Amino acid sequence: MNSFTYTRADSVEHAVDERVAETGARFIAGGTNLLDLMKETVEKPSRLIDITRLPMTSITETIEGGLRLGALVTNADTAYNKRVQERYPLLSQAILAGASPQLRNMATNGGNLMQRTRCYYFYDAATPCNKRQPGSGCSAIEGFNRIHAILGTHLFDQEGRALEPQCIATHPSDMCVALAALEAVVQVTGKYGERTIPFAEFHRLPGNTPHIDNALEPDELITAIDLPPNGFADNHMYLKLRDRASYAFALVSVAAGLELDGDTITNARIALGGVAHKPWRKPEAEALLVGKPTTQESFQAAADALLAGAQGYGANTFKIELAKRAIVRALGQAAKLEPTE
Amino acid sequence: MYYIISRRTIPSLFVPFAKIIEQPQAHLVLEVHLLWTVMTLSAEAPPKATHTPSLPPTHTVTLTVNGTETQLQLAPWTSLLDALREYMDLTGTKKGCDHGQCGACTVLVDGKRINACLTLAIMQEGKQITTIEGIAQTCTDAPDGLHPIQKAFIDYDAFQCGYCTPGQICSAVGLLNEGKAKTTADIRELMSGNICRCGAYTNIVQAIEEVINQQTV
Repeated sequence: MNSFTYTRADSVEHAVDERVAETGARFIAGGTNLLDLMKETVEKPSRLIDITRLPMTSITETIEGGLRLGALVTNADTAYNKRVQERYPLLSQAILAGASPQLRNMATNGGNLMQRTRCYYFYDAATPCNKRQPGSGCSAIEGFNRIHAILGTHLFDQEGRALEPQCIATHPSDMCVALAALEAVVQVTGKYGERTIPFAEFHRLPGNTPHIDNALEPDELITAIDLPPNGFADNHMYLKLRDRASYAFALVSVAAGLELDGDTITNARIALGGVAHKPWRKPEAEALLVGKPTTQESFQAAADALLAGAQGYGANTFKIELAKRAIVRALGQAAKLEPTE
Repeated sequence: MYYIISRRTIPSLFVPFAKIIEQPQAHLVLEVHLLWTVMTLSAEAPPKATHTPSLPPTHTVTLTVNGTETQLQLAPWTSLLDALREYMDLTGTKKGCDHGQCGACTVLVDGKRINACLTLAIMQEGKQITTIEGIAQTCTDAPDGLHPIQKAFIDYDAFQCGYCTPGQICSAVGLLNEGKAKTTADIRELMSGNICRCGAYTNIVQAIEEVINQQTV
């Protein structure tokens, strides 16, 4: 770990000021990912600004009828919160599918959004990586890429031709996949004040700048995550497929939410984890389900549309078919046509 | 390759050593000495330090561990795990992977289990930290001075080498505090943050199940 100085922030303004004053400074809350990356010298902050004493520690009602999750509420306290469990069971399920109880007790909601990829090459400072060191190359494209992205990796030139990808890392979060499906809104505060970022615009695709994970400006601090009123509580499923039964990152995960009128679908949300640089959604694929019966055929059509344009890189090519099957199963489970265990 | 060096070829520098070559194997000794001399002469003189190295100042950190307040002088990057082991001699908490993957460093902070390797000591000021050394004190009913989880681990032989055990026990106490484990499958899922390379999982799960059953009777 590099040497750094430490500041304990006593207000959001203080935290933002400290961040503005020092380019190399970083916020720390749970620290479960940042400290790990510091031990690997992937992250080398000159100062850590401890934000854990800031008042962003509660879950409250919003005027719209949703819930506001404080950025410092731990993942465990969010997942086990009664209101979250009753109104947003999809979110609760997703959080509990990730990490271990110890980590969920430490990790915060804001930090979950800010965690970085678990790409082996990003973590190994001895290998080229465009995310860690822009311009050095991507070791994963021709390397061991079992956990890597199959969607959203290509760049396109002005004529629409596909160019070589710069990065095939995935976003590792489970929680964020559910937040994408629920269309959460991220509340942030920076030196110019407060603003909101729709969840679909928070994380980004790698493009030519894979070292930038999200839309947050360097001086901005996440203060809360707002959940809209509709939590798809009646028909939902978070399905996570991984190499171990527990405590492993997703190869593919699906957050599915349905609204039904009898067995006709009136509204659908599908977000995928483990397949792209951000939680993957495609509103056109969801629209295909509206007005359709809850059948295998409807689900398969949506799955095919979601995976359109998917590209495998060898060790991860199996994910294309795996993701389609996972979508079909998760939608079946959300519609209660299939058992969830 | 070694050379037998005669008295005549020895530079005057080594005259004091010249007589040793009359002894068996002495050429080896001389060879080593020559090598050392050559290395010393060819190495560049180290640059003279123009200023003393500047490290960020240490902080006075007050930790409350097992009910006792202790003041320590720590660098900001000292993890809670290193503070416990290296500065407080509480070596019951183990360092396994140091990356939050194995659970050997599990301790309780305000009754909640966390990985001590992934938090800075300075961030834990004002919190109640409980390690394996103090786990029995957290329980009013501690037969033989042991927490029921500790006793169950002995009764069910829930370890082999024992290295992961302090973390397993603290994690199990955290699991009891959380109160979410209702079935054997729940225990397995909610203990997945603790790895046991000896594979004592079956007995660990039985030990925890025993204590949950005692509590619900």
